[in-house]
Amino acid sequence: MIARLRAPGLHRGILATPLGIGLAYAIVLIIRAASGFGHVVDGTAILQVAMITTPFAFLIGLGAFDYWFYWAIGRPTRPEDHSGHGARTWKDYFRINTDHKVIGVQYVVHSFAYFMIAGLFAMLMRVQLAQPGGKFVDANTYNGLFSVHATLMIFLFVIPVFAGLANFVLPLMIGAPDMAFPRLNALSFWLLPVAGLMLLGSFFAPGGSFASGWTAYAPLSTTAPIGQAFFTLGVQFAGASSIATALNFLVTIITMRAPGMSFFRMPLLVWANFSTSLLVVIATPFIAASQFFVLLDRGLGFNFFNAGQGGNVLLYQNVFWFYSHPAVYIMMLPGFGIISEVIAVKARKPIFGYRMMAFSLLAIVVLGFTVWAHHMFTSGMPGWIRDPMMITTAIIAVPTGVKIFSWLATLWRGVLHMDTPMLWAMGFITMFTLGGISGVMLAMVPFDLHVSKTYFIVAHIHYVLFGGSVFTIFAGVYYWFPKMTGRMYDERLGRWHFWTTLVFFNLTFAPMHIIGIQGMPRRVADYALQFATWNLLISFASWALGLSTLIFVYNMIVSWRGGPKAVANPWRALTLEWQVSSPPPIFNFDSMPTVVGGPYEYGVPGAVHAVFRDGADVPAPAGALAMATKE
Amino acid sequence: MEETHPSTPHRPPIGRATIVRVLGLGLVASALGIGLGFLIPWFPPAAATQAHTIDTLYYVLIIVTVPIFVLVTSVVLLSAWKWRMRPGEERLDGPPIHGNTQLEVIWTALPAALIAALVVYAAIVLHDIGVKKPNTITIGVTGQQWEWRFTYPGYHDAQGKPIVALQLYLPDNRPVNFRIHSVDVIHTFWVPAFRLQEDAVPGITTGFRATPDRLGSYPIICTQLCGYGHTTMRTTLHIVTASAFNTWLAEHGYSGAETASVRTGGAVRSLAARDWTAYAPIGGTHTATKEGSQ
Repeated sequence: MIARLRAPGLHRGILATPLGIGLAYAIVLIIRAASGFGHVVDGTAILQVAMITTPFAFLIGLGAFDYWFYWAIGRPTRPEDHSGHGARTWKDYFRINTDHKVIGVQYVVHSFAYFMIAGLFAMLMRVQLAQPGGKFVDANTYNGLFSVHATLMIFLFVIPVFAGLANFVLPLMIGAPDMAFPRLNALSFWLLPVAGLMLLGSFFAPGGSFASGWTAYAPLSTTAPIGQAFFTLGVQFAGASSIATALNFLVTIITMRAPGMSFFRMPLLVWANFSTSLLVVIATPFIAASQFFVLLDRGLGFNFFNAGQGGNVLLYQNVFWFYSHPAVYIMMLPGFGIISEVIAVKARKPIFGYRMMAFSLLAIVVLGFTVWAHHMFTSGMPGWIRDPMMITTAIIAVPTGVKIFSWLATLWRGVLHMDTPMLWAMGFITMFTLGGISGVMLAMVPFDLHVSKTYFIVAHIHYVLFGGSVFTIFAGVYYWFPKMTGRMYDERLGRWHFWTTLVFFNLTFAPMHIIGIQGMPRRVADYALQFATWNLLISFASWALGLSTLIFVYNMIVSWRGGPKAVANPWRALTLEWQVSSPPPIFNFDSMPTVVGGPYEYGVPGAVHAVFRDGADVPAPAGALAMATKE
Repeated sequence: MEETHPSTPHRPPIGRATIVRVLGLGLVASALGIGLGFLIPWFPPAAATQAHTIDTLYYVLIIVTVPIFVLVTSVVLLSAWKWRMRPGEERLDGPPIHGNTQLEVIWTALPAALIAALVVYAAIVLHDIGVKKPNTITIGVTGQQWEWRFTYPGYHDAQGKPIVALQLYLPDNRPVNFRIHSVDVIHTFWVPAFRLQEDAVPGITTGFRATPDRLGSYPIICTQLCGYGHTTMRTTLHIVTASAFNTWLAEHGYSGAETASVRTGGAVRSLAARDWTAYAPIGGTHTATKEGSQ
């Protein structure tokens, strides 16, 4: 019995949680008593310390650090018997698991749970905004709803769901048995439930949840009630997860490619995640820094952002956006990778201009670091910064445009399999173009001076992040669903999901461009009468948009349980993940693949991307194989 | 790179007639899109010279960007219509076209040139709207949770203090230089009728210039989330004739004018003088009334 309780697992994590809270009490009591404070038990101080100690207690209890602790104190580490690898029952998804495929599924399912929660918050916001003078929630709750909505969507859905899809697919695509650091990979995932529960838990804080937007501008955030600390610390855990995963991807891509898999034979999804990971490891420490500043300001009175004490208010925005602009690309580049996979396979053609596609990703990485202050055109920063930031912001549209045109050229004269993943991909191209166009408009400083912080911005970011990122996520989930679950999804429901989402997405967000320019600011719980009609329409459309997601959820659950069995390669794709069974064997490849050609040689007679050592194929370049079949 | 193989017949290149037809449709769609872009009543009334310049920039952006969206959408729809997989084509592949350097150079260089032109134009507009003009009146704008206060440093009352008001009165056709401050958190001073906004930042002075050119009352809105009362942090801008402005100054204690109503100066600073119609329903003053029109 004792041995079972001591074994790593969710139960041990839950048992350890009170220890973390106790530790926080002890630390605060000792320090406050030693400092001679009369008021020793301070709930606010204990809560902030507990938000650091409790997650660690939970993760240690869970067993995330077991191997490293054994190794560090010199005790024999348990031999790698792969007992923590792979899933045989559903219970194996609820523990530390080192299999990248299990972790990928954990990520995706967990992220979609938060997608539903954050989407529900958006629908509640639209209840408040359905009519002017809405009394559904008070202003503070409303501020909390949109703050938590955005934070969960960004840190608990878009960023991790891409990490999850790549976690599953990327090692398979490059012919690796797993990620480079499987234990770090497991830890990265388990940091997310910690972050998510912390952000959601803020609703129970005295004074309400954090309500300063997902941007948490100082000094509003440094003077806000304790709910703000849930954001300040929750984001640290999500960020740490992001950084660790990105390091893992970088090392995996650089060191674990199969023989013959040169950089220019990598599928573009791998290129996309390589670029994204570069962005993450460089940029994410900056948001960590910005939130540590806020934490120290709040908890210990450092006055980083207290203008009356020599603090610099604009510093927060510079540090924050130095992460959060690249974060826009962190939330988009993996989607570009997914679209390249889907379009090449579903149009039965090689990606048009493969190298330019890879180089444009790298160009976006570099340029992505030079545009952060375009979020600050009206911030009161020195005026001269506007011109260079306008130039770099406009230039970044060029590599993005190259990608759009390359996808269009890939469609040209293809044989288009217009099934669900392809519909999402083609929907993405058109919707993302709209988001890109409003982005170029916003780059033009004089126009931005009018629409900054209005509903025009809300429209823009949703065309980029919903019409862009979320459409690619759906494309990717449908595309790899057979590989991940071993089942086929229901095609008819998939199409219904696409068309309802496309229609209601546009009805929800297109009118926001108009009311924004007409003068409706964002982040308000009430609005002028003149915007009543549009807002009512938007509210109805947004509820329908939310309901359309239920088609997806139903399809996924029912198909996963009882869909028709999937064959290894239902799409006749060339990339490596489709050359193994669905779902893949526990260590991915029974024999080592050797890559002999590009990943998208559709239409080249006899072309293969890779051969397996014990297979009948003979390793040879793609061209030579084409010659061989002619003879 | 293109190669044909007898066993895998590829889709034929698209006919010239189809291209011409699609191009024609695209042109019509672009024209309709631009037309729609001009018909939509995008902007609230413009009440400053700067606003007209910025509106023009927006309509130029509409003209430039609508055809780009039409181009992308046309190719997607054309592909879906012309090249969708039909029964019997399940094993067919497209032609293995890997790229075309000439085409790739074109679709890198052309957008770059277009964007460069737009940036130059926007930079000129940005410069023009900020130009200093003679006879400028300086007005202090102070944001505080959750109201705006306006000071007129050039106009002192009998006690030597600048006039302070909770609604903004500006004389028509006189350039204004706003000096913006905040006493607590960040706010944003946005005048939609001017198409201009700038943050009120604790610890520093920010600002912008505008030249009112239309009589009437317009909303002033805080666009930076500033806490509980952010939604209702609004007031009203009144653009009045020069003589009406002088009368208003005098009524509110300006000692340089008639002294008859100096005593009422204090009332302006009190909350009683605040125009609550600006709050409930909010933006109720949005319909520009031709105050003091002639």
